Amino acid sequence: MITRPFLGLGKPRLNYPPIEMLKAGSLAEVALPSRIVLLVRGAYAENGNLLVKVGDRVKTGERLILTEDKQDYFISTATGLISNISSYTGYLEEPYTSISIDAEGEEQWDGEFERSGPSMSRREALRFFKSLPGEPVFASLINKEPPLEALVVNCTDKDLLVTTNQSILKSEFESLKQGVEILRAISGIKRVVVLVPEGMDVQIEAEDVYVIEIKPVYPATLPKMVVKNVFGREVPAGETCEAVGLGFINAEAVVALALAYKSRRLPVDKVITLIKKDGSCLNLKARIGTPAKDILNAFGIELAHGDRLIFGGPMTGEAIYSEDTPISYGTDAIMVQDREHIVRSSDLQCVNCGECVRACPAKVPVNMLVRLLQNGLYEEAASRYDLLSCIECGLCSYVCIARIPLFHYIMLGKYEFAKIKSAEEVNVESEATD
Amino acid sequence: MLAVLPALIMGIYQYGVPALRVVALSVSCAMIWEFLMNYVTKRPISIGDGNAAVIGLLFSMLLPATTPWWAVAVGTFVAIIVGKQIYGGLGCNPLNPTLVALAILMLSWKSLFNFDGALANYDLGFYMVYPLGAVKHFGTDSLVNYTLSGLFMGRQSGGLGATFGLGLVVGGVYLILRGYIRWEISASFLAGIFLTALFFNLADPARYANPVFHLLTGYTLIGAFFLATEDSSSPVNFVPMLVYGACGGILTVLIRNIGAFADGSVFAILMMNIANPLIDKIRPRALGRRVEHA
Repeated sequence: MITRPFLGLGKPRLNYPPIEMLKAGSLAEVALPSRIVLLVRGAYAENGNLLVKVGDRVKTGERLILTEDKQDYFISTATGLISNISSYTGYLEEPYTSISIDAEGEEQWDGEFERSGPSMSRREALRFFKSLPGEPVFASLINKEPPLEALVVNCTDKDLLVTTNQSILKSEFESLKQGVEILRAISGIKRVVVLVPEGMDVQIEAEDVYVIEIKPVYPATLPKMVVKNVFGREVPAGETCEAVGLGFINAEAVVALALAYKSRRLPVDKVITLIKKDGSCLNLKARIGTPAKDILNAFGIELAHGDRLIFGGPMTGEAIYSEDTPISYGTDAIMVQDREHIVRSSDLQCVNCGECVRACPAKVPVNMLVRLLQNGLYEEAASRYDLLSCIECGLCSYVCIARIPLFHYIMLGKYEFAKIKSAEEVNVESEATD
Repeated sequence: MLAVLPALIMGIYQYGVPALRVVALSVSCAMIWEFLMNYVTKRPISIGDGNAAVIGLLFSMLLPATTPWWAVAVGTFVAIIVGKQIYGGLGCNPLNPTLVALAILMLSWKSLFNFDGALANYDLGFYMVYPLGAVKHFGTDSLVNYTLSGLFMGRQSGGLGATFGLGLVVGGVYLILRGYIRWEISASFLAGIFLTALFFNLADPARYANPVFHLLTGYTLIGAFFLATEDSSSPVNFVPMLVYGACGGILTVLIRNIGAFADGSVFAILMMNIANPLIDKIRPRALGRRVEHA
């Protein structure tokens, strides 16, 4: 990373580091831990009537339905006994159900996916691939009628220092191409755009597949920036890229899909970039549900009092309060920050210097926005000060001279605003039925 | 703080120990007021951030070297307590605290800011009549006593740290390059002064001084680089910064040439501080925002 020069008029630029050539299969693999923990979105643990019970024996790759009425499922990523089911609160207070599986004995693969035959239908995909490594919510992408206009396969990484997708592009290029074809078959999307880091010589010879290079300047690889810079469109505030007909999927998920169909086994591993205290990075593969401490132990990293453990990269990652927190489908990176390097945020007031406003790629008036967010005025923040236009790059926090945790205020604001919205919708519905 | 040193040292060199006395008193008073207010309002002690010291320093630079001690104490009280702390401290002040204090002092004790009277006992080897006062009362004929280079090098009477143009420009450019202040505000403020003064000058050269004279006298340069650019009371978007600076410059000259005061910078910048929240509403459309038509 670079810092601002002592004297100068220019803006600081943050470049994504280029990566070295990687050979296929060079990923360090973390051994299966004795206990894995799976987090399923939703407060299932509280209603008691679960189809999955403590003491149940599960196999690797087994599709498990939690409740009869909701038909929501998860995929076991280990063979063993379910030892605990409890509720878990996420980063922004969102409810999860945490399911622990104690690995036992020889690993056995569940055969349900294998038995479903060689078909590649959308129904089958929705039945088994609720989440893919690198893509926690996969269904919305392929379950569209009519299909999305184009599929964007992102072989770049969203955050700085993270090289998960890039390394996959290098090591699993053939699978990537197969994955693209599978995705087209099950989703019905014709056009495919592959985003690659600039300078990486990638060529795909196929009809309606376009390769586009992305400049390595942060935050050019964030989906909404790509939509703006590459496609010349704007995602309406508060909506996803799918609103403008573009479905983004990470390269890792595409490759996982291809490998799953090839081996007839559901994906249970996640590629992760581990960013060490000294800033050096390595890529590794670990079972989904592996607690962070098992990964740190595997590489001899010790946490001291005051160090920070982060899921995600340096700009947008989330600080984790417990080493027991497991990695999940969306964990692209684990970062360990030495306490010497941590920039503490402050509770100072905004001094209105305007650095955030100039840094913001979405032109959000962050200086005004934070004043509302600090006072909990989420609805006004969204309607008048463009809360929902934020593309979540974290540059405002990075440049803030008062060290206000702007990014965190914004993320919390978005979550709270969404909660208010959905509560309103429920009210409207119940009034309509009365 | 480093940035004002050239202008400040020149002021102290010219006016000697009395100037140093005013500066030292002002800085320390400002910090004491801040400390007392922190104590009374049970908030964390914030003199460590240096803001109170800067306010005191800038305030003293606007004063004549002979200002009595009580005026400094009252002025810093107004700046810190009325100008800043009652709004919630650093970053929350709608007006520039230094200018609030100066304006109140100017209105309350007019004679303090009669630079001719205040500096009557000084003879520094150049024409000691306050240039803006001279041009206001005697017309442009009196300007033969000044040379532009002399004005730029501080050979004029005025606030103890506000007269050395070169030093202020050097300090200002340093702050711009370090990223502490925005060039948009300084440049448009100076441009506003220059253009407005030029029009006046063209209309009636006998009554209105030439634009360069306006750039180099009074509080113009210290205003452009150190006062108008204060973070909390100035805009952050590009167009609003230009509007804010330019309007400030225009108002300054209007007050100087038509208004009752010899120098209009103080009130012009305060007026623009008040207009700031409104001006800052001119901003680019955020990504993905739908344009709503009323």
